[in-house]
Order: sequence, then C-alpha cells, then structure tokens
Amino acid sequence: MLLLERRPVPSSLMRWASPLLALILTIITGFVLFLVMGKDPVEGLKFFFITPVSDLSGLSELGLKMAPLLLCAAGLTVCYRARIWNIGAEGHFLMGALGASVMAVQLSESGGFWVLPLVLLAGVLAGMLWAAIAAVLKTHLHCNEILTTIMLNYIALNLLLFTVHGPLKDPFGFGFPQSVMFADSALLPALIPGTRLHLGLAFGLFAAVAVWVLFARSFIGFQLNVVGQDHRAAAFAGFGVRRLTWFAFLVGGATAGLAGASEVTGPIGQLVPQVSPGYGYTAIIVVFLGRMNALGIVASSALLALTFIGGEMLQIGMHMPKAVTGLFQGLLLFYLLTCDAFIHYRIRRKNTAQQPLNAAVTTAPQEA
Amino acid sequence: MGLFMTAAIRLKLENIVKEYPGCRANDGIDLTVGAGEIHALLGENGAGKSTLMKVIYGVIQPDQGRIVWNGHEVRVDNPAQARRMGIGMVFQHFSLFETLTVAENIALSLPADEARNRNKLNQRIREVSERYGMALDPRRYVSTLSVGERQRVEIVRCLIQETTLLILDEPTSVLTPQEVSALFATLRKLSKEGCSILFISHKLEEVRSLCHTATVLRQGRVSGDCQPADISATDIARLMVGEDTPISTQVTAAEPGPTLVEIRGLGWKSKDPFGTSLSNVNLNLHKGEIVGIAGVAGNGQDELLKALSGEIRTGTGTISLDGVNIASLFPDQRRKLGVAIVPEERLGRGAVPDMSLADNALLTASGEGLVSRGLVRSGRVREFSREVIRRFGVRCTSENNTAGSLSGGNLQKYIIGREALQNPRLLVASHPTWGVDVGSAVAIHESLVRLRDEGASILLISEDLDELYQLCNRLGALCDGRLSPLAPTSELNIEQLGQWMAGEFESGEVAHAVA
Amino acid sequence: MELIINVLAATVVAGTPLLLVALGELICERSGVLNLGQEGMMLMGAVAGFAAALSSGSLLVGVAAAIVAGIGMSLLFAFMAITLAANQYAAGLALTIFGTGLSAFLGAGFVGSSIDGFSRVAIPLLSDIPVLGRVFFDQDPLVYVSFVAFAGVALFLRYSRGGLLLRAIGEDPEAANANGLQVLLVRYLAVAFGGGMAGLAGAYLSLAYTPLWTENMTAGRGWIALALVVFATWRPERLILGAYLFGAASILHLVLQGLGWKSSTELLAMLPYLVTILMLILLSWNPARTRLSTPLSLGQPYRPGC
Repeated sequence: MLLLERRPVPSSLMRWASPLLALILTIITGFVLFLVMGKDPVEGLKFFFITPVSDLSGLSELGLKMAPLLLCAAGLTVCYRARIWNIGAEGHFLMGALGASVMAVQLSESGGFWVLPLVLLAGVLAGMLWAAIAAVLKTHLHCNEILTTIMLNYIALNLLLFTVHGPLKDPFGFGFPQSVMFADSALLPALIPGTRLHLGLAFGLFAAVAVWVLFARSFIGFQLNVVGQDHRAAAFAGFGVRRLTWFAFLVGGATAGLAGASEVTGPIGQLVPQVSPGYGYTAIIVVFLGRMNALGIVASSALLALTFIGGEMLQIGMHMPKAVTGLFQGLLLFYLLTCDAFIHYRIRRKNTAQQPLNAAVTTAPQEA
Repeated sequence: MGLFMTAAIRLKLENIVKEYPGCRANDGIDLTVGAGEIHALLGENGAGKSTLMKVIYGVIQPDQGRIVWNGHEVRVDNPAQARRMGIGMVFQHFSLFETLTVAENIALSLPADEARNRNKLNQRIREVSERYGMALDPRRYVSTLSVGERQRVEIVRCLIQETTLLILDEPTSVLTPQEVSALFATLRKLSKEGCSILFISHKLEEVRSLCHTATVLRQGRVSGDCQPADISATDIARLMVGEDTPISTQVTAAEPGPTLVEIRGLGWKSKDPFGTSLSNVNLNLHKGEIVGIAGVAGNGQDELLKALSGEIRTGTGTISLDGVNIASLFPDQRRKLGVAIVPEERLGRGAVPDMSLADNALLTASGEGLVSRGLVRSGRVREFSREVIRRFGVRCTSENNTAGSLSGGNLQKYIIGREALQNPRLLVASHPTWGVDVGSAVAIHESLVRLRDEGASILLISEDLDELYQLCNRLGALCDGRLSPLAPTSELNIEQLGQWMAGEFESGEVAHAVA
Repeated sequence: MELIINVLAATVVAGTPLLLVALGELICERSGVLNLGQEGMMLMGAVAGFAAALSSGSLLVGVAAAIVAGIGMSLLFAFMAITLAANQYAAGLALTIFGTGLSAFLGAGFVGSSIDGFSRVAIPLLSDIPVLGRVFFDQDPLVYVSFVAFAGVALFLRYSRGGLLLRAIGEDPEAANANGLQVLLVRYLAVAFGGGMAGLAGAYLSLAYTPLWTENMTAGRGWIALALVVFATWRPERLILGAYLFGAASILHLVLQGLGWKSSTELLAMLPYLVTILMLILLSWNPARTRLSTPLSLGQPYRPGC
C-alpha cells in the first residue's frame, strides 16, 4: 500500500524542482487538451511557447506584459512573506491607472519633463490609498484581508467603469468609453527605441532588486519573515505587527499602482475599461511560482507573460478561445501546489516486514 | 509473570516495536499488568511512554509484537475498539471539546445507540461521577470547567464504559496537592474493585506512594521493573537516565541584594472568554535571588509573563525596574533595559521552528550589535549564536540547524543561553524544564543559579514543585490571577503552598521583606 | 403594494444562489476547512449545468451535471488541503483561478446560446397566503430546494450525531483523532458537500436566474458567500437572513432605476460589495466575540502526527 509520509527534513531539491515539474505537467496537460480538441498538439505548444519569443518584436511584447506582472508580484511578495494575503493587487492596479489618468487629463494642456513623474506619482498614491483602506480594516477592525481586498477590487473596477463612462469620457470619442489620448509629455518613454517596450520593465526590475535587498539584508525584511512564520514569536520579540502590516500593504499598493499607471501611460496611452486582463490575479501565481523570492519572480513573471501572449497566438492562429490563457495559468498554480506537497511528504510503501535501521539511535526525539 | 500477586493477568505486551522515520520509539517492550494492579510506567520525555500507550489504546499500530488481553491475543485497531474491550485512556492534554457540554463530550466516545437517549446518559453520568467522589453536572459546557474538573470528565468518560484497564498519562501535573490526594483515593478504590491502572508519570514520590509496581523505559527499551515502594527515588531515577547523567543540581544558598523590581497593583482584564484576568499583583524582586511562583496551568501565569515581557501593555499598576516604570514599554524597549524572558512555548513563541538558530538569535538579541542602520550583520549574528551553542552545551550540527530540528532540551538550552548572554538584570522564566530531558534540565538549573549569583533577579514560574523548592529562596502561588503572599522556601511546607495554589489567601499583601 | 411584493420575491430569487453556496461553505468551514474556491466551483457548475441542459434538453440533467462538476472540483481542493495538508488559502485560490479559467475555456462555445430555464411553480395552498405566498411559495423549483437545504443543514448541525462529530472535528482535530473520530473522512465529506452546493448554486445562475452562459457570470458571489458565513457566525439561521439581505442589496439598483432614480449603474453596482465590507466590519471589530463562534481549527492544516 502506498502511503504519504512526512519527511523528517523538508527536501530542498523539491523546493527548486517543484516549479519546473509543475511547468512540465502543465505542458503535458496542454498537449492532451489539444489532442482532445482535435488540434495538432505540437503546433499548439509551438504557438503558445515558442512563436511569441521568436523575434525582437515578440520579445518586446513579452517585456511589455512582464512589467506589470513583475511590479505587482514584487509588492505581493512583501505581503505574502508576512502571510498577509493581499488579493487586492488588481484593485490597486486599477486605481493606479485611474489616478494617473485623472492627473494626465488634468495636465493635458501642459508640457515639460515634470508632467510624467507627477502622473506616475498620482498612480502610486492612488494605489497606496486603496491599499490603506484594506490595511485599516485589518489592523483596526480585524477584518479578514482576503475578503476585504477582493471586495475592494470589484469596487475599484466599478469606479473605473463609472469614470470612463462619465467624467473622463472623451467627448470626441464617438461615444466609446475611453478617455482622451494623453499628451506626449505624459507618456512613458520607450526602453528599446522602435519597440513598444517602455520604462515600466525597468521599474519592475528595480522593484525586484529592492525586494531582494529587503529580505536578504534588512532587519525589516527579517521582521516580516517572522510575522509570516510565527505571529506569537513576532509579538514576543516586540516586532510591531501593526506597523509591519501597514508597510506591506502600502508597498503592495504602491507597486501595483505604479504598474497601473505605467500601463496607461505606456502601451495604451489612455484610460479604457480593459486596462487589465487580470494582471493583479496573475501576479499571485507569479509570486507562488517564483517561490516568493526576487530572482524567482523575475523568471516566473516572464513565464506568465508568455501565457498571455501565447493565448493570443492560439486565438489568432488556431481559433482557440482566449480563455486558454486563464486555463494554463490555473493549471500551473494547481500543479505547483500539488508538487509542493512533496517538499514535505514522500511516497512510501507500507509493509509489515521490518527493515533494520542503519544506525543506532542516539537520542529519541521529543514526543507528545 | 508480573511482580503483583494476583491470579489474573489483564494485559500482557510482548516485544512491542514501533518505528518512526529516524527513531525507534518502542524497541521490543514487554509489560505485564494484573487485575486490580496499579502499575507505573516511568521514563524521561522521549523514552517511549506515550507511544506505548497509543499502541495499547489503538491510536497507532505496532510494527511488531503481541498484545494479550485477558489471556487472548488481540489487535487493537482503533480507540473505539479499545473502549469496547474495556480500555480507557485519560490523556495528558485533555481531548475534550470546549464548545460542547460534558454530556456531548462523553456521548462522542460512546457508540451511537448508547448515546441516543440524552436523559439516560445524563443520569448515568451523575451516578458514576458521584460514586467515585467526582461529582459532575452533565449539562455544563467544558469551557466553564476548571482543569481539575476537566480531568474528572475524562475519567468519568472512561468509567461509564466499564473500564477494566484505566490508563492515565501524567495526570497530576495539572493538579493542586489536595486534588492529587483526591485522585489517588479514587484510583485506590478502583483498584480494589479489580480495575487495573496504568499510571504514566515522572514524579517519583507520587509513584512510590501510589503504585504497586513500575516499569522504567529508557530510549525505547525497558531498563527495569520494580516495586517502587521498596526502592529509593534515586535508584528509580538511575534506571531512567543511566549511570552517567547528573540527576540533581547542587544549589548553593542565595545572597539577595537590594530590591531591583517592584510590582504594584498590577492588574489586567482579559478580553478573551477563555483567558484569566490578573488582579492586584504586588511583588518585590531583589538582585541575586530566585523567586518562584507555583500554580496549576490556567491561573494567570501566561498573563503575568506577558505583562512583564511587554506583550501586554494595557494593564493597570506599575512595574518599576530600578525605579523606572516599564509597564507601558514594548518588549524590545524592555530588553534594552535588561529584561529577558523565557516563555513557556519554546517552539512557536520563544523560537521560530523553521528558522535557523542563528536567525532565532536575532529575535531577541538584535540589540547586541547584530543590527546596524537597519541592516542585519550576519557575521555578528553567527558569532553570537555560536557563542551560545558553545557556552551552553547545545547539541546540534551548527548554528544553521532549524530550531524545530533540535530536541526540546537542547532548544531550551539555546533559548536560555540566548537570554543569559545578554546579561539581563531581570529574567522571567516560565516552565523552563517542561518536557526537557533530565541532563538538559540540570544544565538549565545551573545556568539560572549562575545568573542569580551574577546579581540578576530571576522570577521562576513553574508547575514543577520539586524544581521550585530546589531553586528558589522565596515561593508564592498564583490562583485565578491573584498572587499569594511569598514566604522563604525553608519555612513553607507543601500543604501551605497547596492551599495557596487553591486560592486560600488574602491577596494584595506585599511580599515579606527579606532580612 | 404590488411593487413591494415583487421586490421581496426578487430578493428571494437574488439571494438563493448565495444561500445555496453559503450553506455548503458553512458545513465545510464547520469541519475546520476554509475553501476559497467558491467562485471556481460555482462557475464550473454553471457551465456544466448549462452545457448538459443544452445538449440533453433536460434541465434536471443539467442540475445533476452541475452538482457533479462542483463535487469534482472540490475534491481536487480536498486532496491538496486535506491529504497533502497544503496551505488552504493557496489551494482555494488555485481552485478559483483554475475553475474560472477552465469554465471560460469550456464555455466558449456556449456564449450566445440560450435555453428555456426553470420557470416558477406555485405550491398549491401555500402560495395563496397573502404576501408571503407569492414571495416564498411561487418560485422556481430550485428556490424550494434551497429552503429544504437550509432546514436540513440547521437540523443536522443541532440535533444529529453527524453534526456533533462535525463540530468536534472543527474545534479540535487532534482531540477528535484521539477520540477515534475519522477526521479526514468527515472533512472530505464536508468539502464535497460544499462543492455540490456551489455547483448547484452555479446551476441556479445559468439555468434559472439568467438562462445563459457568460464568463465570470458569478460576479463575485462566491466571495460574498464566504463573507456571509463569517457574518452568520457559522449558524444557518443567520445565514438565510444574510443571504436575503445581500440579495436585496444586489437588486437595489434595478429597483431604484425602476423608481426613476437617476444614478449611474456602475456606482449602484458597487452596493453589494460595499455592504459586504460593512457586514465584515460589524462582525469582526470585536475579536473576542468572533473567537467564541469561529470553528477553532479553521484554516489550519491538520497532519495526523507521530
């Protein structure tokens, strides 16, 4: 009989192998899925994974999608390390986009190099404000942050829709719900000239580095880790749990807000209802897949950016529904969690015959 | 054949083996218990007692060996079957559900058809509990019962099912001396009626006064069988730990100095429905002394500790350390002033289980130059933890071991060492040797005495009366959040302390001044 | 008067999917398991129900398919959260994301199709009671199913031995295990029940409430249901009140527009979510009170130990 047995020491091999294993399992499942749907599986996998990155324009599109994911994921990493389950990155993103747009439209008559920073700052502040709501609900009113941040996501979406259908609607936009195009002074410069890739990716990489420094070197990072792993030890040590919670929320709001601001001042250039294809939620997967560390989230944000583009490729090239992106992302997370279990457990055959231990036991372990 | 003179053998275990990854918890154990016999099972933590009991009760299956019950070989597949056979178990950590009533709790362990008629069940509970001097109201919620009353529920639950073998796992660690006597009277009565009793304990004097026979386990094997009344406690202890481990501390007399800490009118209202409030605690602590506070768990010990550590800051009253009132300061601020705390839970409060020993040093010792300008100085952190490991004899591979991988005794030595190395002026330790092997306990006691002799004030909160009498020069008790008067240990007999533990004192008295 | 009766009847209809999924999650949480995957399970139920009903021509087949889909999804979660003792929050989120994606994928071909959904069936005699008759007893069959489910869950928890087992396991799985109770099995059953109810709730949306399929048609109801269970302090009696309260909040904007109030659809659509946050605040601000009613082991992975 096969048994699931707890390992005495967690397997560090599995800790790193698990994301790769999850990816392989996802690919296999995709293969089978294409077969079942009557499509050529090799063709499908090629369209999904290879075609998007086969030329410079494709790579720049990858970077374009990677930027918001990486920014959101950086902020979420800070939260999740402290076990603060902030699901609100989507809402912070939307509010960042909204805040930046409001500022950009206000300054649409102005020129000058100070316009863009101001617009971005407006986005960052809007994201932080939205995060602050969830923070106060948690620290002062003891509300579960998962539920509050999700509710705030829906509210933010509706605020955005209201704004784009109403106050910010372009009077010359033929009735479409969209804002005016932003002036050039409010647009993000390109990172690689000639491509759509903009400064947002640089922001993302910078955020990843900052997260690395925070957790590898700083005392605040250590305190956040303790809060996440052992609340009572954090209280015992005198680490201000309330202060750290606010810090995590505000960082999460700032990065996601910046991501939203970068999106509207970058590739889109205006405020539209579909400003986010779900970046905030996908960023959650990025964090888990990236093992909650800086290097990991850079790699996994690239991978998940690929799933967005791959999905579009499949839609265009093989007439598959766009939802294939969401499906792959969900599968990835699912397999990841399952493979993660093998960090702490292993499969063992249970038999009645005894195998002798290879070493005499010196100390018996503490038992209940 | 057992040492107890009886015709009938109730339980016989032959060559029981149970293995876990990395350890052999039971390594070929033989045990014989006769009808009506009170049989003790002794051994240190980790010797294999609890595992053996779980095998008998059907919670786990042995890998090898036979269980013979009333002359027939049996397999105990699960606790329900054990209960049907007549084996009852009272766990050390009660397996009661606080949000259910006494009757509902007992109903859960009965077969469904027996528990259906609630009125009949209530009636049976009242009868059985009164018969053995442990009156219970079946309709009360367990959350409202005291610890002693909860133990009664556990025992009555076994008796209702016509138990012929009653297993008790460390039953007296949560009782006052008076409650212990009452329990022993009940057990003796049961024994006379033919019920066998398996009594797991590490309290040698109690075992010697109650039990007919004893089996001593050491590292998973039987190291001896004896009749405890006939041999000395020291000999029994030798069977438990072997020849070369020191089993007691030689404690020199204390020479207390001036007053360091004055606690006046300390009070705190608990918002937790299951918590205890503190009221009007007054206490003086002098330099160079160890003051002990006895008390059964749940009487405010943890709340007192938190009020001193700074985890609770919203109480009334003052805590003066060398004239400075620290009652509203945070834990890290108090540490800077020389306050050190060793909490009851070493894993999950005193140390983070999945973090390394080095990282755990950072938990309280960050003020020792381990952090500079917001950045962690990992070299210094490693140096500090290596120092702790070296000086306090912590057995581990390196400072990179996770806290959770150490044995209880070693982790506790590390935690005490971490605090001691910060040269505290006041050290508050709560149950420091609970669940710790004898060798480490001795080392911990020695560290406390050393700190005392260096001039620190030590407050020792513990349930272990032996430890308190051995180490402290003044003793008191905490009951329901009230602190009894303190008396010099040499003048305080155990009956008086027992009364204080049960709450029979006028609170608010200031401790006697030590001459 | 007629308007009020119609509004009340509409409230019951709007509250029914919430009631169904929340009852399921209530049982699940009472066993100590927190399943955040409600949205995913509901959407799978909705798409499975719609697809099955469309292809088979039978609404009952659709409902059955939805329940099976919900149970199936929940068992995936149960495997991760119970057998593998993984982080329940992450596993639940995974279920939501996976379920949302899978349902959108499978349902892509059904967007735009329509079927004849459940229609109202008046219960003889009871539906003639003034006001209450029209509101409660002249509804579609799944609404009646929700009433039966409510009664069943309430009686089960309070009076049955199974309910006692469930409450004990939810409070302290270690003690339950020591008492010989089958912790893992009961938790699996509780999670599966939650999945079935979520599937049924999804079927209600796609077969009765608005007989069609669109992506994300649950619009956050799964999350609201989770808040609802907290609001109800894990008691069925309060749950049904809360469900209808939210039902009222979600149709409020239709009512107001019908009355001629000029207000933006989007702003009014925020109402259910705002009300949810308010309810959470009301219930959570005093942590000592919530601790009394929360199943103590909620959300903590349980590993039968050494």
